[in-house]
Amino acid sequence: MNLLLVLPLVIPLLTATFSLLAWRRLAIQRKLAVVGTAALLGGGVALLTLVWTRGIVATQLGAWPAPFGITLVADMFSAIMVVLAGVIGLAVAVYSLASMDEPRESFGYYPLLQILLMGVCGAFLTGDFFNLYVWFEVMLMASFVLLALGGEPDQLRGAIKYVTLNLLASALFLAAVGILYGVTGTLNMADLARKLSAVAEPGTMTALAMLFLMAFGIKAAVFPLFFWLPASYHTPPVAVSAVFAGLLTKVGVYALIRVFTLIFVADAGYTHTLILVIAGLTMVTGVLGAAAQHEFRRILSFHIISQIGYMILGLGLAGLTDSPAISTLALAGSVFYIMHHIIVKTNLFLVSGVAQRLGGSFELKELGGLYRADPGLTVLFLIPALSLAGMPPLSGFFAKLSLVQAGLGAEQYVIVAVALVVGLLTLFSMTKIWAEAFWKAAPADSPRQTLSAAEKRNLLLPIGMLAAMTVTIGLAAEPVFALATRAAEQLTDRDAYIRTVLGEPQ
Amino acid sequence: MAVGMLTAILSGFVLAILAPGLNRMVRGGAGWLLALLPLGLAISFASHAPLIASGNVFSESNPWVPALGVDLSFRLDGLSMLLSLLITGVGALILVYAGGYLAGHPQLGRLYAFLLMFMGSMLGLVLADNILLLFVFWELTSISSYLLIGFDHERAAARSAALQALLVTAGGGLALMAGLLLLGQAGGSLELSTLLLQADYLHSHPLYLPSLVLILIGAFTKSAQFPFHFWLPSAMEAPTPVSAYLHSATMVKAGIYLLARLSPALGGTDAWFLSVTTVGGVTMLLGAWLALTQSDLKRILAYSTVSALGTLTLLLGLGGTLAVQAAMAFLVGHALYKGALFLVAGTLDHQTGSRDVDRLSGLFRAMPITALAAGIAALSMAGIAPLFGFLSKELSYEAALRAPAAAWITAAAVTANILLAAAAFIVGIRPFVGKAVPTPKPAREAPPSLWLGSVVLASLGAVMGLWPALGTDGLLSAAGTAVLGETVSIHLSLWHGLTLALALSAVTLIGGVIVYVSRGLLRRLASRWESLGQFGPARWYELVLLGLNGLAGGQTRLLQSGYLRYYLMIVLVATVGLAGATLATRGHLVKPTDWSGLHFYDVGLVVLILMATMGTVLARTRLAAIAALGVVGYSVALVFVLFGAPDVAMTQFLIETLTVILFVLVFYHLPETPALSSSLARGRDAVIAATVGVLMTAFVLIATVVQYQPPISEYFAEHGLPDAHGRNLVNVILVDFRGLDTLGEITVLAAAGIGVYALLKLRVGKQRGTASAARRSELAGGVDDASLPIANPMRKEGDVP
Repeated sequence: MNLLLVLPLVIPLLTATFSLLAWRRLAIQRKLAVVGTAALLGGGVALLTLVWTRGIVATQLGAWPAPFGITLVADMFSAIMVVLAGVIGLAVAVYSLASMDEPRESFGYYPLLQILLMGVCGAFLTGDFFNLYVWFEVMLMASFVLLALGGEPDQLRGAIKYVTLNLLASALFLAAVGILYGVTGTLNMADLARKLSAVAEPGTMTALAMLFLMAFGIKAAVFPLFFWLPASYHTPPVAVSAVFAGLLTKVGVYALIRVFTLIFVADAGYTHTLILVIAGLTMVTGVLGAAAQHEFRRILSFHIISQIGYMILGLGLAGLTDSPAISTLALAGSVFYIMHHIIVKTNLFLVSGVAQRLGGSFELKELGGLYRADPGLTVLFLIPALSLAGMPPLSGFFAKLSLVQAGLGAEQYVIVAVALVVGLLTLFSMTKIWAEAFWKAAPADSPRQTLSAAEKRNLLLPIGMLAAMTVTIGLAAEPVFALATRAAEQLTDRDAYIRTVLGEPQ
Repeated sequence: MAVGMLTAILSGFVLAILAPGLNRMVRGGAGWLLALLPLGLAISFASHAPLIASGNVFSESNPWVPALGVDLSFRLDGLSMLLSLLITGVGALILVYAGGYLAGHPQLGRLYAFLLMFMGSMLGLVLADNILLLFVFWELTSISSYLLIGFDHERAAARSAALQALLVTAGGGLALMAGLLLLGQAGGSLELSTLLLQADYLHSHPLYLPSLVLILIGAFTKSAQFPFHFWLPSAMEAPTPVSAYLHSATMVKAGIYLLARLSPALGGTDAWFLSVTTVGGVTMLLGAWLALTQSDLKRILAYSTVSALGTLTLLLGLGGTLAVQAAMAFLVGHALYKGALFLVAGTLDHQTGSRDVDRLSGLFRAMPITALAAGIAALSMAGIAPLFGFLSKELSYEAALRAPAAAWITAAAVTANILLAAAAFIVGIRPFVGKAVPTPKPAREAPPSLWLGSVVLASLGAVMGLWPALGTDGLLSAAGTAVLGETVSIHLSLWHGLTLALALSAVTLIGGVIVYVSRGLLRRLASRWESLGQFGPARWYELVLLGLNGLAGGQTRLLQSGYLRYYLMIVLVATVGLAGATLATRGHLVKPTDWSGLHFYDVGLVVLILMATMGTVLARTRLAAIAALGVVGYSVALVFVLFGAPDVAMTQFLIETLTVILFVLVFYHLPETPALSSSLARGRDAVIAATVGVLMTAFVLIATVVQYQPPISEYFAEHGLPDAHGRNLVNVILVDFRGLDTLGEITVLAAAGIGVYALLKLRVGKQRGTASAARRSELAGGVDDASLPIANPMRKEGDVP
């Protein structure tokens, strides 16, 4: 039993439990939040180091041999995602210290945040299809309560749509898992992968794969299933939006990549063409949605959708090329894009919160003058914003470059053109925020607020750290891309994963 | 090189970061101080010029992101030396000038920072050997240009001009990225030095044409070629030092640089010749004509820059020794006189408060130094011997005369040069001669920081052609060699004998004077044609932007309608469509054949479930619907009983009972709502619901019939008692075999508990005051009723205001 695989679940669970025990002691809860997320980050880094040196690791819970019990398994992709969950968790926990209001803090905000992180990490680490469903439920319940916490009318309106559409995804997922179990008699993903490989005519299973595509597609907010996201992400407090923006949809993307590289690969010409088409439509509809918005967080929310398109673009390309090198490059591009995106997008939401603190609104027309008033925040916005738009030498450029190279290598010229044009439109909507909130003079009647020293520290520290990571991922893209490449190599080498999970000699 | 090229480039960026702080410390003199860096770099480059001139090439390479083919490889040859000298030399003058021009401006520090960042990027662009590295710097120049054009950020005009320049150049940049990658794919390398050696192979490659087109789009947008030229005049919203540096001397030459750089690999084909000369020729003529129609000094200069860029493009399109020689000479000559004239325009604006040529006159007496610099630069621009402008014009005429379709090209060149000569007189001579008129600010000679740049540039333009010690010949030869890919030797001389080119120069001068004299007439003529402007590319840009916003709004209103019912409908239809179509086309529908295990009570149960489901849907009151739903639940529990899982059935009974009771309790307090949907909508919903049901049934049938492998449940039966010590298998599975699932579900329950408690007790909105919430919902479209969130959950969230 490998402790490092269990820690990313145990640490948030214990932190949540202790926070619940300290229900009325907010000071303790606040400290626990920071310590717990820092520990999660530390555990994630330790796990990543282990996987980097030793390769894929798996552990059988309760010592029941696979495929009968539940397996926890970490390859590079999982480990990277756990580290990112720790990074975002820590950044948001610190940011919450200065941004979360006391009523929400007293009604379980901190334990809920931990439960959410536990669900996210569980989804990244499980090797069992039904267990994945359980972690989706943990995430869904925690996120729903976080979304509705506070009970503001806007929040509740968003939360209703959020929970209804996500429950539909859960229902589809559960039904699909049930049917899959009925057909294959197993739930272990590695075992499933092996058993489905032996199926002579994959057509029926491809149809079943469509149910998974839809279920995870809703979670990942792809076209035309993304409605819950723009309906809800602008309604809760910024810290909640930020953690959602960073992690939630990426769990859906993770599941899509996992399932369509490991389990449903027999009919790649069909499934991955479909994924490619969905990727294109997601990129375009998302960025057009952003262009139609005039509110800071709504613009950012639609951009999440658009960028989900880039992430699954790599997945689609990987299935449509005969060259293993290009397939690896495409998946590495996806993984790199996810890493870049999680950090940048969370950061932009955090910046939007500071802009709202200073200018009193999220509406662009009510904001202004930040360029003149706050050069520091200006730089901290420009870095993630330009990175999001794929400007060199920041992280987003290399993310886009790798996908474009893979696309050209796979001779999928249409999707490359779409990706490039969407990049320009992304730049367009980032300049909209820039021109309105930063360059434009502040409206005459807008309230001018300043931050206290403690607020400044707790709000700007996580933003600065994430911005520094964005710059670092760009300037030191090679080692980071090496991580992504290793992850991609493991994703394409199904056999090694299956053998590790089932405990067979390599 | 003594100082590495990477160090030289990075020093610009480092100083950019330090500049605002430095500016705060050294009040007033920061420009002079900061200029030391580019000056030092210029000297360092110049010290290597003789080596370059004698045919040496310096290169250095470090890995950066080898996984993606991006390396820090640089190469200094004649062409990059020429541009590096321009970038650093003009850069030093501009920093000094900016300090005087914007003395006391609160954001002067940022201007320095952006200018230095631009300088570093531009140096990187011309020194890069790796084409992706070149692209990195290319994009950085676009970003710095954006920040600099919008320097006066509180004016909407500056903001929209900045955006226009960014969208055009960054849009071209994306085409360039694709083009360069295709070129790299075709040539099997991302290093220029390798690619340039494979011209023949590249020309016959199927990717040649697409990569050529994409690269040309990149170059043309950056260098303001027709039909992308419109962003350059708009960019005159930038402070004048920026216009002089970026939008005349250096950045707009990036596209020209790229054409020159790649011409050994891409040039020499019909496609290259036709597209590049045509675009260049049209731009040259159009820019020259539009320059004359303006009265704002900066806009005249901007259009004449467009024209000059067109000339350069035309010459590079022609190719061949003569044209390349002409292009290199013209590149330098133009940077010198146009830079000087821009600085003069800024000085005039700064010292008199106006840059309208109709309001400036007789300023020689008040501003003699500026006037002298302006006069020399203008005469050079008009191509008057012995100035450098004359030499480069002679060369271009000779190149035009020997080109294919010589008559057309020569006629176009002469026409453009006549118009430009007139423009030169308007900008550089007209404000200083004649009767002095009162200006918004009383005219005074500028401080040294404001005349130094124009004087230096203008005098360089005067002596460069005449003074061999400057090494101009060698440098231009080296640059020409780089562009042609074969050794050439350029020798500038004033006197070529009584050639046709000389005659054309005379014609140009006389024509220029005539046009200058009759400029009023031309302006009136132009104003009559002004309405044509609404069909021009600037208008296309507006329309594209407008169309984009319309499309964005329309598609978002359509998709993100704000109604949960439509969202559900789309998701369900997509699911049924995708999974159903796949099942129908690729899968095998199965028909259960073995009915032997079926009992009459099974059938009865199924009928009961179906009828109760129908009852739930069709019930007229909520209570009836709940009751019917209860029947469904209990019947499903009975199914568990029949299949030997009494404990699961017990759980199901309990949950069903509890659910029904809770529903009744809650709904008892709610008013009945009338049926709002039309019968058509209900019919549509029924069809969708039925299709979803059919699809799921089909899948379940497959699951019951198809069994690829025996299930793992046998293992649980075998090991439940001996290893897990439990007789109740379901319990053992829940707490042992799959204990982690149970832990997860307990956690879900905990979260749900917090949620229920918080939803009941916590109402942040009320405490914070509902006024802000109401205002926000009003902003969100005005349809939301903020006071009734739960009772009417189907309302819009108002995504699209």
